[in-house]
Amino acid sequence: MRIRIWGCRGSLAAPGRETVRYGGNTSCVEIRKGETVLVLDAGTGIRPLGHELEDNGTRVIHLLLTHLHLDHVEGLGFFRPVWHPETELHVWGPPSPVRRLEERIARYLSPPLFPVHLSDIPARLVFHDAPEGEWEIDGIRVRSGPVSHPGPTIGYRLSANGGTFAYIPDHEPVLGADLADLPVDWISGHDLADGANILFHDGQYTEEEYPLKIGWGHSSVAHAVTFARRAEVDRLIVFHHDPLHTDEQLDGLGRRAAELWNGNGSEPPALAYEGMELEL
Amino acid sequence: MDLRRHKNLVLILAREFASKLATPMFVTDADGNLVFFNEPAEVILGRSFTEAGEMPAAEWASLFQVEDVGGGPIDLGQMPAGIAFTQREPAHGSIVIRGLNGVRRTISVTAFPLFAHTAEFVGVVAIFWEEKGS
Repeated sequence: MRIRIWGCRGSLAAPGRETVRYGGNTSCVEIRKGETVLVLDAGTGIRPLGHELEDNGTRVIHLLLTHLHLDHVEGLGFFRPVWHPETELHVWGPPSPVRRLEERIARYLSPPLFPVHLSDIPARLVFHDAPEGEWEIDGIRVRSGPVSHPGPTIGYRLSANGGTFAYIPDHEPVLGADLADLPVDWISGHDLADGANILFHDGQYTEEEYPLKIGWGHSSVAHAVTFARRAEVDRLIVFHHDPLHTDEQLDGLGRRAAELWNGNGSEPPALAYEGMELEL
Repeated sequence: MDLRRHKNLVLILAREFASKLATPMFVTDADGNLVFFNEPAEVILGRSFTEAGEMPAAEWASLFQVEDVGGGPIDLGQMPAGIAFTQREPAHGSIVIRGLNGVRRTISVTAFPLFAHTAEFVGVVAIFWEEKGS
């Protein structure tokens, strides 16, 4: 599997001179295995990815949404493949007890929030409630499970060829809990990340900022490191950068993550940036 | 019996809620296994959760000696938590419990099933408190 980041900013797109190194696009990660294309989340980063997929003539795409907060779906209407009638887009997302996935996405992709209604999109869209368990997409084992974040939210665990990648971009596992001491079976998302080779995990806040944001559904960089340690992952990539954080501030967060990792020779955490590529 | 499989998020949040609550509360999983009770519940149950740990349904149902308010025997299926578990419906009632410390108390119990999605039953929460003058 090849993993490529097209957007790793949280909450709101943040373009500008001060965010150019890490990037300002919101969450979007491309996963490739041979001809198979999986896309994790449809933040604004999906727009440039769409250009590349359209230029390559990719016609079958699986979009795996973690949840439907705007920063994870706002790019969908600008994803060029959906405007091509031969595209088959499978959209997977968290189930809700109230409305179907398609209905919930249509609440954004319809007037007055968007000029075109979801039903007028020419591509063939197939909506799936992500099962709580494991399934397979073209040789990639996919597992999803609910994680602690406001509203229906899931994380993903993708496995292929002996490698495992976990993606939990919006997550507050520490809410009311002591991550360092809690038995792992009581830690939100632990089963998704357990022993993964690579983990993308929310680390939106500094340790000083987090106390003012408790319950907003995100982690401090220290929580991300502790969670990754408890899950015994090989490599942590800190994801979902705060839109108010400049490149310079993110450099500082990266140094703090490395300091907290204190890693016994293992590869220290890194901060996600647009264009980052990883191989599994 | 190994109960230590990963918990559903709803149970995780229920445990966190319980741990912040001054009212006694216990949580079971979808199989009826007792997976958590909070510190206020320890006073009534007569043992700390750290000591008791998770336990299968059959074990906790027999461990805590329960009677109806008339002193007669009562099955798990007649208790509020049992109704919530077997019938997947909320229930409320009074029962008498003898904790593991030997103290006998009349308690009111409100129990309700937890559903993670529309049909996915993940466990039961029971909130209880000692009745005045019991």
